[in-house]
Amino acid sequence: MKVPRCKGTRDLLPQDMTKFRHIEAEFRNCCLGWGYQEIRTPVLEYLHLFTSAGTLSPDMLGRVYSFLDWDGWSGERVVLRPDGTIPAARLYVENLQNLPIAKLFYVENMFAFEGTGEESRERWQCGAELIGGSKPEGDVELLSLGLEAIARLGIDPVEIRLAHAGLLKTFLEGLGLSGEQEAEVLDQIFSGNVDVLADIKGRNPELEKQLQLLFGIKGSSPGFVENLRSVCAPSLPALEPSLNELARIASLLTALGFGYRIDFTSGRGFEYYTGIIYSFYSSGRRLGGGGRYDELVPLVGGGSVCASGFALYVDELMDLAEEMPRRERILVKAKDGEGLKDSLEVARLLRGAGYIAEFDLGYKETSGFRWIVDMRAGEGIELIDQLSGEKQRKSSPAELLNFLEEMGSK
Amino acid sequence: MKLALPKGQLQESTAALLKEAGFAIADYRKGSRSYRPRCEGFPGLFTKVFHERDIAIQVAIGNYDLGICRLDWVEELLAKYHSDAVVKVGDLGYGKRTLYAVAASSSEAKSLEALRSRSQSLRIVSEYPNLAESFALKQRLRRFQIFPAWGAAGVYPPENAELAIVAEATSKRLREQGLVPVAAILQSSACLVANRNSLEGKDLGQLLAALSRPDVGDVGVEEAVGVGAGKRARRSVSGEPVVSLALPDGHQQPHTIDFLNRAGLKIDGYDAGKPTARPRIGLDGVMVKVIRPQDMPLQVANGNFDLAITGRDWLLDHHFRFPSSPVEELLELGFGKVRIVALVTQDMPVSSTDDLRELKRDSALRVASEYVNIADRYAYDNHLTPCKVVPTWGASEAFLPEDADVLIDNTQTGSTIARHNLKVIDTLFESSACLIGNTEAMGRLDKRERISFLVEAMRRGVEAHPVS
Repeated sequence: MKVPRCKGTRDLLPQDMTKFRHIEAEFRNCCLGWGYQEIRTPVLEYLHLFTSAGTLSPDMLGRVYSFLDWDGWSGERVVLRPDGTIPAARLYVENLQNLPIAKLFYVENMFAFEGTGEESRERWQCGAELIGGSKPEGDVELLSLGLEAIARLGIDPVEIRLAHAGLLKTFLEGLGLSGEQEAEVLDQIFSGNVDVLADIKGRNPELEKQLQLLFGIKGSSPGFVENLRSVCAPSLPALEPSLNELARIASLLTALGFGYRIDFTSGRGFEYYTGIIYSFYSSGRRLGGGGRYDELVPLVGGGSVCASGFALYVDELMDLAEEMPRRERILVKAKDGEGLKDSLEVARLLRGAGYIAEFDLGYKETSGFRWIVDMRAGEGIELIDQLSGEKQRKSSPAELLNFLEEMGSK
Repeated sequence: MKLALPKGQLQESTAALLKEAGFAIADYRKGSRSYRPRCEGFPGLFTKVFHERDIAIQVAIGNYDLGICRLDWVEELLAKYHSDAVVKVGDLGYGKRTLYAVAASSSEAKSLEALRSRSQSLRIVSEYPNLAESFALKQRLRRFQIFPAWGAAGVYPPENAELAIVAEATSKRLREQGLVPVAAILQSSACLVANRNSLEGKDLGQLLAALSRPDVGDVGVEEAVGVGAGKRARRSVSGEPVVSLALPDGHQQPHTIDFLNRAGLKIDGYDAGKPTARPRIGLDGVMVKVIRPQDMPLQVANGNFDLAITGRDWLLDHHFRFPSSPVEELLELGFGKVRIVALVTQDMPVSSTDDLRELKRDSALRVASEYVNIADRYAYDNHLTPCKVVPTWGASEAFLPEDADVLIDNTQTGSTIARHNLKVIDTLFESSACLIGNTEAMGRLDKRERISFLVEAMRRGVEAHPVS
């Protein structure tokens, strides 16, 4: 009886893994270059790490894989990690609180139930977290890091969309909704459903209009933030700090020559966001996103430490990343008996020079190989170029390697 | 066409509804015990009687086209399993009740705000663990533990849980039990549910037309929920360390009463046939509560109770799930002897578990049981693959043969087995009543003396009437 793979999961085949490892390697090199250090948190965490108020919405918590462990008679549930940032914050609080600034990155899989069949229930993410920095410069560093990692994969163009969680929250507070309503609306906006705004009936009709405006127009310059300030701040002065932060980030990005769009409908994210929210888009697809989460570290039991971070979605990157140059494959037809040693030696030298050297284990189809090295016929080495069909004889492994290098086959 | 009918509280009204609709079903009325009542006037209709909780599940997995059960059980299923397989066709208007989150009226924390601001973990006990979890998530409770219970959830607060999620017709009934509602979670009444595929692909028109009652309207709640002062609890929790003992309700109760009498432990208010949650024992610092034997091992493991009288079957079921749990059997009490057996229908061509393994099948073997973990272990140990364990909530014999292939159940005399045309293919183990205790509690200085007093008294009770 054939047993299929589990519903909602995917297999990564050899060609997928090649891409996956390429993305992972580029992301790691990029992060290491910026001074970030790699961490890996456990797949299992306690559920209450995520239920701690304001960290994940009830909707997301309703889709986590949670269960009682073998010693879970106390009712304490564990979950398969549904998110990378909260465990990273926990790891920081548990191990690294003495550092003034922790720059961390990870490549990890996240789990969440998904019933539509459109996405996998296991998703890999490349994430970076900057814990301990409160300045907008930190957010801009992360944005630049994210852009660089995406650029290394040959994905172009990439669009940045900005929104601001603090500004949204202040607005909703100003509307005078009940605590429950407010949480519900925020939840919807963070899940990407901004239609919910049309139905808001608060106690402040003027703010309602401004909110519609906020979601109706999109800006692409620091001037836009100033326009918002003129329209909204007089009736809701509490918006000032958020507007200042947004203005600062917008002007930094402008100064760095990055294009961006301020678009409050793009505010997909997590409830733990408190400040700037950004998303990376390419070809209409959301490649990842991040934001500032200044209250998360205290919520998971740490000190009053600010933080910011982002994650890129590996599934999306795999679809868009450029094909990378592949190493040349060379087929080695080995001698039997006494001569096997020579064949092994040639293969070893080829691998040392950066080629993939495979022994012929009875391939029927050799078209995947540009070169065939035949050690079986007489003295020396016979080299067959499958592109041209030419055969030639090399007297020594060194001569073979020189020739291949000249042909630019590496 | 297959219809699942509820047993218990809804039986009388459901029978009346069916009769009125022209589907008089013989053997289905208040208190009737037949699991397969027949509808003479409608030969194409197959009906089976289930515990209400099983009906939502049976309809969802497509074993039944239609079912009648209360909405709370449908929501309990959907809270965990986001499925569109069950369609709520209509409200039938009877069996109204509300699912409340309740606290003890004597407790300090009786509002959601007070509960939310607690720094310790909140213990929530319920027959509706999935709804309890989604309630906790929606209310943003920071840290909580859900204890699933087979029943008597309202007895746990305040000592053994901060909150219980219980279904009651009115909040007045709660107050009579020393409870106050903290929130009304769901209003519920009997409803007609359908399997989506059946609804889309089969002609159920005749039954649907007869059972739909468009005139019923919304389910009313009989009164608004307010956080009232309520009655003061009948007993307050003293600061002195209390040893707690759980006694069983149900059919173990008369035997337990006899046994406690032999042990010289006088307990007031624990009388057969009368519902009592908190009997009184004439010993200082000892608290007694009456809960379901199924729930005891988990409760003792958690330290909510120090000692309990339950069956070895339930202890074993617990240990299979939680192998390092700090609960152990202290005494075999000598009554309530049963065998835990594997059953199949008479016509199944097998006579042992080995035969079962050899049986040619197109689909997974379905093993039904109230003992989910014992059933799981039985299938695992006997290499019965592929296999699905179907949890049941009573009336388990009814599952064979249509809705399960094997049943793991207990039997005392074998008469139920014969009546349902079943046969035993394996005996897993023998079980009887036992005293269980929390190993950590027994080592505690403040509890040790009282615990050993109770254990010694019970040991004398066993010796007075030796285990045969």
